[in-house]
Amino acid sequence: MEQNKIICVSCPIGCRMTIRSKDGKITSIIGNACPKGIKYAEEEFINPLRILPTTVKVIGGELPLVSVKTEKAIPKRLLLKAMTKIAEIEVKAPVKIGQVIKDDLMGTGVSLIATRNIKKADSNLYS
Amino acid sequence: MKVEYDLVIIGGGPAGLAVALEARRNTVKDILLLERDKYLGGILPQCIHNGFGLQYFKEELTGPEYAERFIAKLNDNRIDVKTETMVIKITPDKRIIAINRDDGLLHIQAKAVVLAMGCRERTREAIAIPGNRPAGIFTAGTAQRYINIEGYMPGREVVVLGSGDIGMIMARRMTLEGARVKAVLEIMPFSTGLIRNRVQCLDDFNIPLKFNHTITRIEGEKRVERVTVAQVDKNLQAIPGTEEEMSCDTILLSVGLIPENELTGEMGIKLDPVTRGPIVNENRETEIEGVFACGNVLHVHDLADFVSEEGEIVGRAVGECLKRNRKFRYQPIKIVPGENIAYVVPQHIDFIVPGRKKIKIFMRVKKPAERVRINLLDDKGRVLGSYKKRIVTPGEMVSVYLPEVLLDDKLKNITISVKRN
Repeated sequence: MEQNKIICVSCPIGCRMTIRSKDGKITSIIGNACPKGIKYAEEEFINPLRILPTTVKVIGGELPLVSVKTEKAIPKRLLLKAMTKIAEIEVKAPVKIGQVIKDDLMGTGVSLIATRNIKKADSNLYS
Repeated sequence: MKVEYDLVIIGGGPAGLAVALEARRNTVKDILLLERDKYLGGILPQCIHNGFGLQYFKEELTGPEYAERFIAKLNDNRIDVKTETMVIKITPDKRIIAINRDDGLLHIQAKAVVLAMGCRERTREAIAIPGNRPAGIFTAGTAQRYINIEGYMPGREVVVLGSGDIGMIMARRMTLEGARVKAVLEIMPFSTGLIRNRVQCLDDFNIPLKFNHTITRIEGEKRVERVTVAQVDKNLQAIPGTEEEMSCDTILLSVGLIPENELTGEMGIKLDPVTRGPIVNENRETEIEGVFACGNVLHVHDLADFVSEEGEIVGRAVGECLKRNRKFRYQPIKIVPGENIAYVVPQHIDFIVPGRKKIKIFMRVKKPAERVRINLLDDKGRVLGSYKKRIVTPGEMVSVYLPEVLLDDKLKNITISVKRN
């Protein structure tokens, strides 16, 4: 029997829930004030997912970085590993919002996309 | 260049952008938007995290994406924009004095002015932490700009003071970029940020959040070397004997935001001592007719989405104001903060608006409470409205609707209180 404590983020109440499980299967969820809590707890227990927002180096842009995000949520356990992969990427200016910076990030099937426009420039505004 | 405008908006963040677009939709013709940074969007371009737009666009966006939705529309609307332009004075008769590199000194006459200057962060000086003055002490927002826009890493071993949203978001951001965040310290017994941020920024990365704790001393020669952390009592005073040392090279401060109202004050507009923003009516109009305020310059909001909503209230109100299409009440109704209410916005209701059914009132509570009612009482203590809330916390703005039918000519004050259910 295992026990996990999580806080629900579905609303400002932030119910503190306890998930009991055996052999990776949920046996009980307690502490939720509404059905949203059950759904959240199940998702968090089975496969917690997060969108990863970060930045990528830009070559020849008006700014040194472009903000990016994973187009969909990826498994939480991959976040730190994904950061080291993303650190290797460089992109040439100009960059358009929504542009795919890297497709199929780490075999997740999820693309990394730009979240802003970066114009081409002769020199960096902030360097 | 053009020196007369129907509307001049000071500040091109989420508030100013929403005002410009909504004022245009409400037939305001000549609009000028002044922004002191190189780009529009205010703080949004550096808020690269997701969580924006869930209320306003019903989809989850990052800060830069949220800003771009507005900026793209602005370009279509031929609204005049001047960036890198600093407003240095606004007179009560709505003359704006500004400077920039291309035009030099600008004198602009407006028929209506919207104050949308946003807020700034409280610094170490504002909370007076004793100790040395080494490098390595940043406000969370400054560190955010360094990492996300300019490409500098502020430090490697971090202690965050304050569990406001920016503090928690930066704890995650620094961790993702390879720093070690040793703790987030919160002087209050509760977090002032959103629950989602506590879970996804701190719990996800096992960053400890210590309630009732603060930094009592900063030490370091050239760079921060360590801090002394202590538990505090009910009066927020450090408890002797609870001190512990934490080594770190960086301190991030997320200890509150201050509406940036220097221009407002110089115009002679009265400020609310709690919000530190101007006192306004339901149109977010200050005591000077035709001068409006919205967004974080008026009161600090939790979400950019609420700022956009407030900007739209002002955009519509500017349209009505310029058409002189308004009818004042026999007397204004004052909205008074009662038990466990820190502040309310708007602070008074001035107009009779045909067809209006209800007025949305925003407020922040002083202390967290569960299973409560928000009661709206008239001068005689009669209940005008009563709204059940499962939970209220200072970190999440509360709103209720005031039904128009209940507002008669005799009504002078409405007191809003939080009561146990």
